[in-house]
Parts: sequence; C-alpha cells; structure tokens
Amino acid sequence: MILDSIQKNLLHEVAELDALPAGAYNLRSNGKGVARQTTANIDIVPKDDKPGIDIIIKPGTKKESVHIPVIISESGLKDLVYNDFYIGEDSDVTIIAGCGISNCGGGDSVHDGIHTFHVGKNAKIRYVEKHYGEGEGRGKRLMNPTTIIYLEEGSYMKMETTQIAGIDDTLRETKAEIAADAYLEIKEKILTTGNQQARSNFVTNLNGDGCSCNIVNRAVAKENSYQFFDSTMNGNADCSGHSECDSIIMDHAKVAASPNLTATCEDASLIHEAAIGKIAGEQLIKLMTLGLTEEEAEEQVIAGFLR
Amino acid sequence: MLTLKNISYEAEDNEILKGVDLEFGDEFTVITGPNGSGKSTLTKIIAGIIKPTEGRILWDGEDITDLSITERAKLGISYAFQQPVQFKGLRVRDLMMLAAGKDAKFNDICDILSEVGLCARDYIDRDLDGSLSGGEMKRIEIAMVLARKTRFSIFDEPEAGIDLWSFQNLTYVFEKMRKLINGGILIISHQERILNIADKILYLKDGETVCFDKRDKVLPLLLDNSANGPCSILKEKMGE
Ligand SMILES: Nc1ncnc2c1ncn2[C@@H]1O[C@H](COP(=O)(O)OP(=O)(O)OP(=O)(O)O)[C@@H](O)[C@H]1O
Ligand SMILES: [Mg+2]
Repeated sequence: MILDSIQKNLLHEVAELDALPAGAYNLRSNGKGVARQTTANIDIVPKDDKPGIDIIIKPGTKKESVHIPVIISESGLKDLVYNDFYIGEDSDVTIIAGCGISNCGGGDSVHDGIHTFHVGKNAKIRYVEKHYGEGEGRGKRLMNPTTIIYLEEGSYMKMETTQIAGIDDTLRETKAEIAADAYLEIKEKILTTGNQQARSNFVTNLNGDGCSCNIVNRAVAKENSYQFFDSTMNGNADCSGHSECDSIIMDHAKVAASPNLTATCEDASLIHEAAIGKIAGEQLIKLMTLGLTEEEAEEQVIAGFLR
Repeated sequence: MLTLKNISYEAEDNEILKGVDLEFGDEFTVITGPNGSGKSTLTKIIAGIIKPTEGRILWDGEDITDLSITERAKLGISYAFQQPVQFKGLRVRDLMMLAAGKDAKFNDICDILSEVGLCARDYIDRDLDGSLSGGEMKRIEIAMVLARKTRFSIFDEPEAGIDLWSFQNLTYVFEKMRKLINGGILIISHQERILNIADKILYLKDGETVCFDKRDKVLPLLLDNSANGPCSILKEKMGE
C-alpha cells in the first residue's frame, strides 16, 4: 500500500500515525479498505451487504488497540460506511477512529460514518475520534458521524471526539442505551470558523439502576459559523446523568444549546449546565500583561478551552 | 524609571484619582491606604489595564500613556493581580511558560514555584481554575511575575490569602527579587511586615497622595497612636 503525502498528512492529523500502527487496524482510503491487520483477539471482517466492517473483540481482551482511520483525498467522493463493534465481556481496549478529508477540487467530499458499539458486560473501552478537513478547493468537506452505543451491565465507555478544523458542515448524532451500573462519558470538542455549521444531537437513555453518564461539550464558534447543541437525557431508573455545554462565541457566530431532561423514575437525578459567552476580558488582560498580543492571548484561551 | 504626571481617573462621576504626581525608581515601594483609596486603580493605570482620564505616564522619559498592555509588558512592566484570573483548560505550566518566555528552561519554572512555596511536581499540571485554593492561586500569580524578571514589577496585595507560616518566606522572596532584577518593585499592602522592608512608602487616601517618602519618615506617621491620626483605618487592618 502506497500513500501519497496528502494521505500521509491526513493520517497523521486524524490518528497521529506516521506509520501503520501496532495491533489491529483497518485503513480506509477514498472509499475502499486498503490495509488491514487482525490479532489473535481482534477480528475485522468486511461486511458483504453494505460498505463497512465488523470489529469483533473477544471476551477478556486486555490492553489492545484498534485503529480504523478513514482518509479521503479525492474531490467529490461520497463515502458512506457502517462499522459495528462487538466488544466482548470483561475486555479493556482502546479504539481510535478518525476521518480526514483533503479536498482541493470543486466537488463536495462527504464522509458519513455510522458506528455502532455493542459493549459487553463489564467491558471497558476508550474511543477516540478526530475529524479533520483541509484543502483550498471550492468543494465542501462534509462529515456526518453517527454513533450508537449499547452499554451492557457494568460496562464503561469513554468517548473523546474532536473536530477542530476544516469541516464545512457536520451533523453529529450520538445515541446511547445504558444498562445497570454502566457508565458513559463523552467529551466533545468543536471549533467552527468561516461559514461552517456544526450540529450535535445527543440522546442518552439511562435505563438501569446504578448507571450514570457525563456528557461534556466544549465549543468555540468564530466568524460567521453556527453551532447547535441538542442534548436529551432520559432517566428511566435509579441513575445519575450530567450534561454540560460550554461555548465561547466570537465575532458574528451563532450558538444555540437546547438541553432536555426527562425523568420517568423517582430516583433519577439529572443535571444539565449550559453556558454561552465570549472570552472573559480579564483572561485576555492577564495574558497581555505577560506580553502576549490580544490575538495571541485569544489563541491561548481557545487552545486551553479545547484541550 | 517611571513617572506619573497629574494622573486623574474618573468613573461614573466619581473622582477616583485626583491629579497624582509620582516618581518610581529602582527601589522597593509599598503603597498603602484605606480600602477604596485608589491603589489598585493607580497600578492598573501603570500596567495599561485602564486609561487615565487625564495625565501622562513616562517610562525612562518616554511617554507611554497610549501604549497597550502588551507593549508595556514588553517594555518591562509586570503586574500580579489582586484577584488572580481563572482559566479553563490552561495549566500552571502553560501560564508559567508564557510568563518566563520562549527561552526559559522548565527547571527554572520549577524553582520559581518552590520559591513561592509550591512543590512543582504537584502543581505544574494543575488547571488554573476554581480547583486551586485562593492561596495557591495567589502564589502562582506571584510566581508568574517572578518568572518574567522584568525591570518593574507590581504586586497587588500579594499577602492576601497567604498563610502566616509562609508569610515570612514571601518577604524574603521580594527582597531576593529586588537584588536579582535590579529594578523597581511596587507592592500594595496593608501589612506592617511588608511596610518594614520598603525603601519608600506611598500613603494614598481618597485618590490623593497623603505622603510619599522614605520608610523611616512615613512609617511613624502611619503607626501614630493618636486616634485621629491619618491612618486609623490602617491600624485596624493591621490588628493593632
Ligand atoms: N469602573 C469603576 N466604576 C466605578 N467605581 C469604580 C470603578 N473602578 C473603581 N471604582 C471605585 O474606585 C475606588 C478605588 O478602587 P480601587 O480598587 O483602586 O481601591 P483600592 O485602594 O485598591 O482598595 P482595596 O484596598 O479595597 O483593594 C473604589 O471606591 C471603587 O469602588
Ligand atoms: Mg485594591
């Protein structure tokens, strides 16, 4: 498999990979799987009815990782992929996904990834996802990631998703069904600039006693960009749910946050915190007294906020 | 080094500073005076954080009244806030590195943190947010100014929130710093122990200079026992 320099750079941006990784991986480039490796415990099987793969992790698999980066460097390519993860009971693994689009042409490049996680009893996973776009072409770079999560009893999932640059339009859908004693944590970080638009919809169902979740969204909207954060949390058992949306708004951007909490059980405890505001003036002043210009100070505040 | 000429500041029809004339050199000056007398306002005007409604500020004879905060910081003015600013996601190491500048070594930063009584290992990766205690924030605020090593350093009530045990150490830090930077230090304080190490004391009241002279001249006035002395409020503050 030979990657050109654009593809190599995309791979670096989304997966911090400069070479093929150790452990299991599946690299998808311009709509096709181009490299794959399995291990004794982790199998990757292409689907035969639709594009995508099944990632099957044996029960008890510990300290292993799976990389599944997607890169698109062809202008005008529309890529749709279904990836299903079956994470065996008692396993402890890290999954690193990510999608990079480089579009230098006139056609819109689109990646729609539908990821479904079946996390077995007492399994523990960390899922890291990074979205990145580049290219000077007129064609847009569009991404619509959907993540569907089924957490079985006592399981644990920590998801970190980042979209810092270059995606014109995004609609993110995240749905979770959480069974007893399971825990879900999602940290989402989004920066939009120019005329970019990002919408993020979360639906979390806390279904079993003792389960909990923590959804944290950090957003920075610059220039004329638009962001919409919609979080619905349903507490259907003796559970605790926390969601938080914290946004920095700049220039002429527009930010909306719409939290919805519904409890159908007396013992459910749900909290949502939402804040939208500009960068605190005193933070800029403090950094300027250290010798930074106002622009440099802004960059520092944003970089910290999205860390 | 720093000259203030006829500095006035008005906000919402209040005259907060009333035509103050001052000259600061390479010495250790402590500003004291009742709450609301305009001490913080005066030092913010020096750092460029607020613009005076009238008057000029000179740095080595050059007019810097219209320079920005950044430009004054680059000239060599540093400012430790009375109320340290909190950040989301920025860590102690980030701010310390920014303060110390590009060429600073990580070890130097750790040394400075230990000077203000913080074990670098425990604090360097902490977020500068509400999770730090008031005293810890205050120490880091001081450390940032120490790290800058500029010719003129301002500390606004550095002792506030610092526990009694560490207080003595803090006075050593200021004395050591003065030797190191070979420049001017300006500290706003209500503490006799800080006043005791000053070269000069400026007593400010209602936005005006009551006295500004060598410590030996001003201190007896401030500690004057007569009930109607100029500084009864100050004495209360110092628990006399
Ligand atoms: N923007 C403003 N608008 C109105 N009043 C102000 C403004 N800024 C400061 N003041 C007032 O100016 C006075 C001086 O404030 P300053 O903070 O300089 O006092 P200070 O001497 O530092 O007091 P302290 O010892 O309590 O720190 C106060 O009465 C304060 O309320
Ligand atoms: Mg003050």
